[in-house]
Amino acid sequence: MQKKITLPLTDADLDSLKAGDRVLLSGTVYTARDAAHKRMTEQEKEGIPFPIDVAGQVIYYTGPTPAKPGEVIGSAGPTTSGRMDLYTPRLLEKGLKGMIGKGYRNEEVKAAIKQHRAVYFGAVGGAAALIARSIKAVEVIAYEDLGTEAIRRLTIENFPVFVINDVHGGDIYEQGVAQFRQDH
Amino acid sequence: MKEIHYQAIVEEVSEMCKRANYDLGDDVYTAFKKALSAEKSETGKEVLTQLIDNADIAKAERVPMCQDTGTAVFIVELGQDCHIIGGSLIDAINEGVSKGYGEGYLRGSMIYNPLNRKNTGNNTPAIVHIELVEGSELTLHMTAKGGGAENMSAMKMLKPSDGMEGVKDYILSIVKVAGPNACPPLVVGIGIGGNFERCTYLAKKSLFRSVGERNEDPAVAELEEELLNKINRLGIGPQGMGGSTTALDVKVEVESCHIAALPVAVNLNCHASRHQTTTL
Repeated sequence: MQKKITLPLTDADLDSLKAGDRVLLSGTVYTARDAAHKRMTEQEKEGIPFPIDVAGQVIYYTGPTPAKPGEVIGSAGPTTSGRMDLYTPRLLEKGLKGMIGKGYRNEEVKAAIKQHRAVYFGAVGGAAALIARSIKAVEVIAYEDLGTEAIRRLTIENFPVFVINDVHGGDIYEQGVAQFRQDH
Repeated sequence: MKEIHYQAIVEEVSEMCKRANYDLGDDVYTAFKKALSAEKSETGKEVLTQLIDNADIAKAERVPMCQDTGTAVFIVELGQDCHIIGGSLIDAINEGVSKGYGEGYLRGSMIYNPLNRKNTGNNTPAIVHIELVEGSELTLHMTAKGGGAENMSAMKMLKPSDGMEGVKDYILSIVKVAGPNACPPLVVGIGIGGNFERCTYLAKKSLFRSVGERNEDPAVAELEEELLNKINRLGIGPQGMGGSTTALDVKVEVESCHIAALPVAVNLNCHASRHQTTTL
């Protein structure tokens, strides 16, 4: 089962996506990882708004390698999402609709995904050279001083992901492992 | 007394860093192919197919297979009849890492200080372990160790009464907790024995062995096989989405320890088990 989705995500998309679905995403996503999340959150507490309006958007947790001359971006696979868990519920409250990363989310994030109707996609950790081929344009939007951790706007085309957590409470990490476990 | 010049080490280290990140070893590549034919999950097969394609692209285009180009970790076998001239060995390794990561468009992931978190910009310092050996050769073993899997690694001082079963249960518990975070299919490096710091070093050292290569001690080799089988029955699968390939291999290193102790360390490696060896 493979779906093609053009971002931004619609309500119909969010309803139809189920944990375990294989999806090719096209459109715009923003990169942000540890340092960018920390700074956005700290600045908000000081009254400075987020440098991007996250409403309706998708964030990709990645810290790409430097682009070779003539290339759009270096290798750009997903990093471990759990490190962003502390900051994620606030972003979902502000209207963030999707995240791309890899690895577990905590219970608070999973509950916020359901409550605010969003989706957590997993890309294949390590498949960074392959994934980079689906990134067509890159622009640094904020926090340039953070280098690889700066916020970038990416234009993507047929970016390969799996649905990990859906709006219905589905979780492929739980369901998939339960299906193949042989130690009981 | 053999003399090796500082600059020769710099050049060699620089090339090793690039090769490690562009060229997935035949051992891992072969393990991917074998896993793909054995994998029961369709999702797992898709993940393994992407990983094989990714390795092909990285090698052909000379780009890093993963954006996490790792901490550069070295185990140096320094012959006691070998003399480094023109500068210090550690400086040469660090200069080589800086050169290789810069020239190779590899990501600098090291920070000056975990508390203030400013990037050093050139992936130094490397982590260097030096083992003094007989002879006059200098052998450098390098791995580019990814952060995701490293974060899920752990060690514990078990009680001698916990015995073999306690050791196995502990290892399995760490792999379970890591799940998708460590980027399975994994290579699981295990140290048993030594003391607190030696045990974790053994676990790391085991990861420098090629995938598919068993420990020379038949009893330890048997333990590696048994653990591999048990880990693959956990169902975690490629990228943790369920399947029959949770680990490509398990490596165990065992050393003497104190009568009161049973240290066990589990150093997880993602599927990008990048290792290089060169002798000067």
